[in-house]
Amino acid sequence: MSGSRHLLSVSDLGTDGIAEVLRVAEAFAEVERRSVPKVPTLRGKVVATLFFEESTRTRLSFETAAKRLSADVLSLAVATSSVKKGESLRDTVETVEAMGIDAVIIRHSSAGAPHLVARWVERAHVVNAGDGWHEHPTQALLDCFTVRQVLAERKGVAPDELGIGCFEGLRVLIVGDVRHSRVARSEVLAYTALGAHVTLAAPGSLLPPSLEGWPVEVATDLDAALGDADVVSLLRLQAERGSGSFVPTLREYTARWGLTARRAARLGEDAIVTHPGPMVRGVEIASDVADLPRTVVTQQVANGVAVRMAILFLLLGGELPGTAEVPAVA
Amino acid sequence: MAERERSHTRPLGGVFVAHSQVLTATDVQRALTRMSHEVVERNGGADDVVLVGLQTGGVPLAMKMAETLRQIDGTQRLDVGSLDVAFYRDDIGLRPVLPEAVTDIPVDLAGRVVVLVDDVLFTGRTIRAALNALNDFGRARAVQLAVMVDRGHRELPIRPDYVGKNLPTRREEMVDVGEDGVWIGTLEDK
Repeated sequence: MSGSRHLLSVSDLGTDGIAEVLRVAEAFAEVERRSVPKVPTLRGKVVATLFFEESTRTRLSFETAAKRLSADVLSLAVATSSVKKGESLRDTVETVEAMGIDAVIIRHSSAGAPHLVARWVERAHVVNAGDGWHEHPTQALLDCFTVRQVLAERKGVAPDELGIGCFEGLRVLIVGDVRHSRVARSEVLAYTALGAHVTLAAPGSLLPPSLEGWPVEVATDLDAALGDADVVSLLRLQAERGSGSFVPTLREYTARWGLTARRAARLGEDAIVTHPGPMVRGVEIASDVADLPRTVVTQQVANGVAVRMAILFLLLGGELPGTAEVPAVA
Repeated sequence: MAERERSHTRPLGGVFVAHSQVLTATDVQRALTRMSHEVVERNGGADDVVLVGLQTGGVPLAMKMAETLRQIDGTQRLDVGSLDVAFYRDDIGLRPVLPEAVTDIPVDLAGRVVVLVDDVLFTGRTIRAALNALNDFGRARAVQLAVMVDRGHRELPIRPDYVGKNLPTRREEMVDVGEDGVWIGTLEDK
């Protein structure tokens, strides 16, 4: 994993690292199809989830992943913890580490919180499960994994056979609240690292203040952009981050930037629609469109576990190129 | 003898340099035929037998053995699977352990006789991991072990039931079983 001890950003992985995660995740997807979907790989390891922000699927997904690897899982419910008494993030993390925890999975409303935690911990591995507007690397990885799975299924081959070649030249359109979306940032990094072309479609007020250095194009007309897209990644309007004040009204936002049934008809026959969830039906996606076969939201959630198993396995299994001795082969 | 990349040395790489040939491709085929006969003899036929090749070296051997077994036993039905034991190893965290290839056990193993097939038996740790992994696919009536080469140096109380060749080796040597037979050599840095 490019020698990185933590997964804080998709850029920690690089193209080869992403390819490796997808490959290993494929092996865990097989484990998940078994009648006993559990392996003893991380027996004796302790994984803690520290969620300073609400979450349903990410937290459940990480905890399921850790349990299927036979790790012990501790979850800190921030609302009932000493954080409420005023304990700082640093003290909380040091307390957790003092208990001998091997991996800390952290979600925080402040961008960069996982980076700080990574600097404080001495031996634990840190996984970013979403920090503010910044990044959500495992979501982007599972999106790539899902897209490849769909492409492989259509071709009737195993996803591994496609490698990462199937992303070369793939046209990905990211639609919606890019400004407040950590998923969008991680997706841009992941998809472009794999060779895809990324276009952002959003009202000006919901684009980041500066796109300097972003390897993306910007579409101002969603209708025109939809026809060219192989993958449409929809984002939720992040009301809790004040997105509401960036658009005149929800109705107007939906009329111009929502994937309505009428708009969905413009999509190419093979276009795939992804959404990191939670979906707000009727705003960024029409209910009918959310239920189309091309919309792979449930598949994304299912794949989240396999991808997170791969991340935990790669970090905790000691697979850090360059750090291990040449193995004696049995 | 050409140098060969060893897939299981990934991601560190390394090149297998062959020093001498131990078995030719024909020898390997003969050994497989004999081992197949032994499987049939010992189990009174091949009806309940499921061959499970260990990734990656055991899988092609299991395929060939299945072919031979079908001829000997005159049956078309013979289940063959493959197993990657990466997730069951006891050295996770000590050395890079990565899944190499697919696990595919096509049938419920409950009540069947599983013959694990691998290319080289060395420390026995891979087999220990495989025994654990098999448990997750049902309670086999019996598990037997077939290896093309037993090179010694066991670290666990494991012994093969069917052996292609017993080959005394030094620990640092490597044994390579491929299309062109069995070679003994060393692993050199790239």
